[in-house]
Amino acid sequence: MAKGNEKIVNSTMWSAGCGSHGGCGCEIYVQDGKVVRVEGDKNHPFNMGRLCPKGLAIPQYMYHPDRVTHPLKRVGERGEGKWQRITWDEALDTIEKKFKDIREKHGAESVIFCQGTGRDIGGPITFLMYAYGSPNWVQVGLAGHACYTPRLGAMFATQGHYSVLDASQFLEKRYDSPEWTPPKYIILWAQNPAAGCFDGFYGHWIVDCMKRGSKLIVIDPCHNWFTSRAEVHLQNRPGTDGAIALGMLNVIINEGIYDKEFVDKWCYGFDELKERVQEYPPEKVEKITWVPKELLIQAARLYAGNKPSAIQWGEPVDAMPAGTVVAQAINQLWAITGNIDNPGGNVIARNSHGVTTYPFSSAELTKLYGEDLVKKLNEKRIGANDYPMIKNFRGWVQPDVLIEQMETGKPYEVKAAWIQTSNIIGGQAADPRRHYNAMKKLDFVVVVDLFQNPTSMALADIFLPATTFCEKESFRSWWQPLGVTVKAVDGVDESRSDWEINLEMAKRLATNPIKYNTVRELIDDRLKDGNTNFEKLKAKGCWEYPPEGHFTRPYYRYEKGLLRGDGQPGFDTPTGKVELYSTRYEEWGLDPLPYYEEPKESPAATPELYKKYPLILTTGRRSPVFFHSEHRMIPWLRELDPDPKFEINDKTAEELGVSNGEWAYIENQRGKVKMKAKITPTAHPKVITAPHGWWLPETEGKEPNLFSTWEYNINNLTSMGNQGKSGFGGTDYRSSLCRITKIKD
Amino acid sequence: MPRNGLFIEYEYCTGCHACEVACKQEHNFSDGMCGIRVDELVTAGPDKVHVDFIPITTRFCDLCAERTAKGEQPACVKHCQAICMAYGPVTELVKAMEDKPRSLIFAPK
Ligand code: SF4
Ligand code: SF4
Ligand code: SF4
Repeated sequence: MAKGNEKIVNSTMWSAGCGSHGGCGCEIYVQDGKVVRVEGDKNHPFNMGRLCPKGLAIPQYMYHPDRVTHPLKRVGERGEGKWQRITWDEALDTIEKKFKDIREKHGAESVIFCQGTGRDIGGPITFLMYAYGSPNWVQVGLAGHACYTPRLGAMFATQGHYSVLDASQFLEKRYDSPEWTPPKYIILWAQNPAAGCFDGFYGHWIVDCMKRGSKLIVIDPCHNWFTSRAEVHLQNRPGTDGAIALGMLNVIINEGIYDKEFVDKWCYGFDELKERVQEYPPEKVEKITWVPKELLIQAARLYAGNKPSAIQWGEPVDAMPAGTVVAQAINQLWAITGNIDNPGGNVIARNSHGVTTYPFSSAELTKLYGEDLVKKLNEKRIGANDYPMIKNFRGWVQPDVLIEQMETGKPYEVKAAWIQTSNIIGGQAADPRRHYNAMKKLDFVVVVDLFQNPTSMALADIFLPATTFCEKESFRSWWQPLGVTVKAVDGVDESRSDWEINLEMAKRLATNPIKYNTVRELIDDRLKDGNTNFEKLKAKGCWEYPPEGHFTRPYYRYEKGLLRGDGQPGFDTPTGKVELYSTRYEEWGLDPLPYYEEPKESPAATPELYKKYPLILTTGRRSPVFFHSEHRMIPWLRELDPDPKFEINDKTAEELGVSNGEWAYIENQRGKVKMKAKITPTAHPKVITAPHGWWLPETEGKEPNLFSTWEYNINNLTSMGNQGKSGFGGTDYRSSLCRITKIKD
Repeated sequence: MPRNGLFIEYEYCTGCHACEVACKQEHNFSDGMCGIRVDELVTAGPDKVHVDFIPITTRFCDLCAERTAKGEQPACVKHCQAICMAYGPVTELVKAMEDKPRSLIFAPK
């Protein structure tokens, strides 16, 4: 509601600010050139007027006294916290000169381009990187690239395209669309959707479906709001999701309750899968997972027997070395039940209108930059030659291999890093100390961000101030709808948008001339595939769905010939079918069929270690008011979740003599951190859950403290270098061992 | 003038905190002031642990007088991510309660 003479600007949220995987439509209220409030846009089908706390706290984020709004250069030693304000010209001149020198002496590949999680940053960062000539696009620290990419890779191999739970998000009339129907059962697999908009899925759509009759099956080691409302709760041991999926496949196949018609017509390799899952009868699965076999069987029958039903899955699926295998098995569940691209099932999700915001896949990369360049880049891309799946699926570097290469300098040395809105050390890095040591050796580091954080403080030589979505133009096609981010105000002080910074830098560094004069020209060029442009979308309220019959609109596209390049019916896989036996995995030297792999450290895998560390640690518990390592400095949000807290079962806490609210150590062979105990019967007696990304912006930033990251960041207990056979999937973010000790003094 | 209030069907409240931040933003509250607070209620039954969230209005809630005077929804109601809040005359809200068992009504002054 506009107060006084406020002006309202409609926009799309997908950027630094709220964090946003999402794509919420918002109204930005502006007075005297300042954003005074951000509200949800009731006419936007994505969020229908709602916003999460992070979106509602934008004014505090934008005008925070600690926000960095001028370019800075380091004047003391790295980590000393001595900065000097400089002009944009000086900052960009310095970077241009350094990057050109490095390219001349060591080759463009010796500069890595680092981003955090997937929001609109991938566009500007890859644009700059390919202009400069480096192939090394990376989420440094994300061991095994364990966030969505393993799941995407598995789906790409199995069915050629990605699928997501159908909550009517692909249709503009949403829940009123006549062709949509709610899933009868929703399997919530390792996710608390209420905490955010993971993977571009607005979490509360699950609640919307529940109100429309969807029932729940929840797979989660802990009790939570969703398990309270579930018909079946499979309370599994962390890291055993693969065995659950194989056990469910076993039941569904052996009881003959799969969709025979769909399997006959559209699936490849059913007999091989049938043979493989014989190794996973429910009794055996019970032993592995702690899930009583009766419940497993019940869940399998309910899911297979009630069509349509759908699966919504979370990041823990990726965070095990066998991530691409676990994801493959889960994908097979919706395939053999025919819950693919059907209303209320796992609908195929494609970038709206076919518009590429940034090259997620090798196919998109080729489309944007041509085959020759992609081939050439692959020769030097770190990890591409070690892992066929890394090489052939996406344009990313393998993050663990990168750190090893930085340590050894082989096959070539990494000299510099461009780090854009990514808090590596205080955020995603597994074993952050090892990352810190490796990155400290770099000759030159640029950080582009909005606040100082442990990473910028430890590493930056030049700090460039970026903006929130309210201060920038951008666009979004991650699934649907197609949308634009409209600039409501100029960048605070001297801050500039990622797109502006990177276009300017690209012009200075490019080996071939850049064809765009302005960011707007670039955006309009990308939007051409959608037959539209920025102004047209803006005039429509900043979003649009593709027209009827478009290949990015559901349903049943495999019957209509809308999935394959050759226009034939079927799926975009080598056999044209959903490959239960994956010929792509086979080609990449991987087992074409799913199997179970025990976590690296667990009661079963390392019984000796388990004696010393008798609790299972699962990290990365999401807070609804923070996005990963962000937002700890925002008072409205911090007040709601003031301290890092681990959750511990009441009986376990009693045995250990730990009381509620007490600060204690979580400890294992790799380190220890401090957190407050939250004693709750929702926790499994054998499992400790801890949130990730904690650092205290209110404490000393300079070394050695680095905003207390070494004291509170749970990743200090995790390790890197144990990625799966595919190169994707990995490490122990979600299942390792620990003990809780009291703090004496 | 009928007395107005907030109706909250807490069966669907996920504890997402959007209502609290919406309220703070609307009123520009600082230092812990807020018109609403959401508490977690954990109850262990014989075979299941239940997690519920209970939003409670505080003495700072003015039912978004400025917004509602212009016919707008209160900030919390508009942004509630579970769409489990409503604003209206208390007599109407009581009727809604008939078919919504796990719900609450607040009618702050
Ligand atoms: S749900 Fe996602 S996109 Fe929407 S406001 Fe929250 S973080 Fe931003
Ligand atoms: S009605 Fe307005 S004042 Fe009351 S809790 Fe909701 S947002 Fe706050
Ligand atoms: S916004 Fe709605 S769902 Fe979220 S805590 Fe408040 S009442 Fe509950």
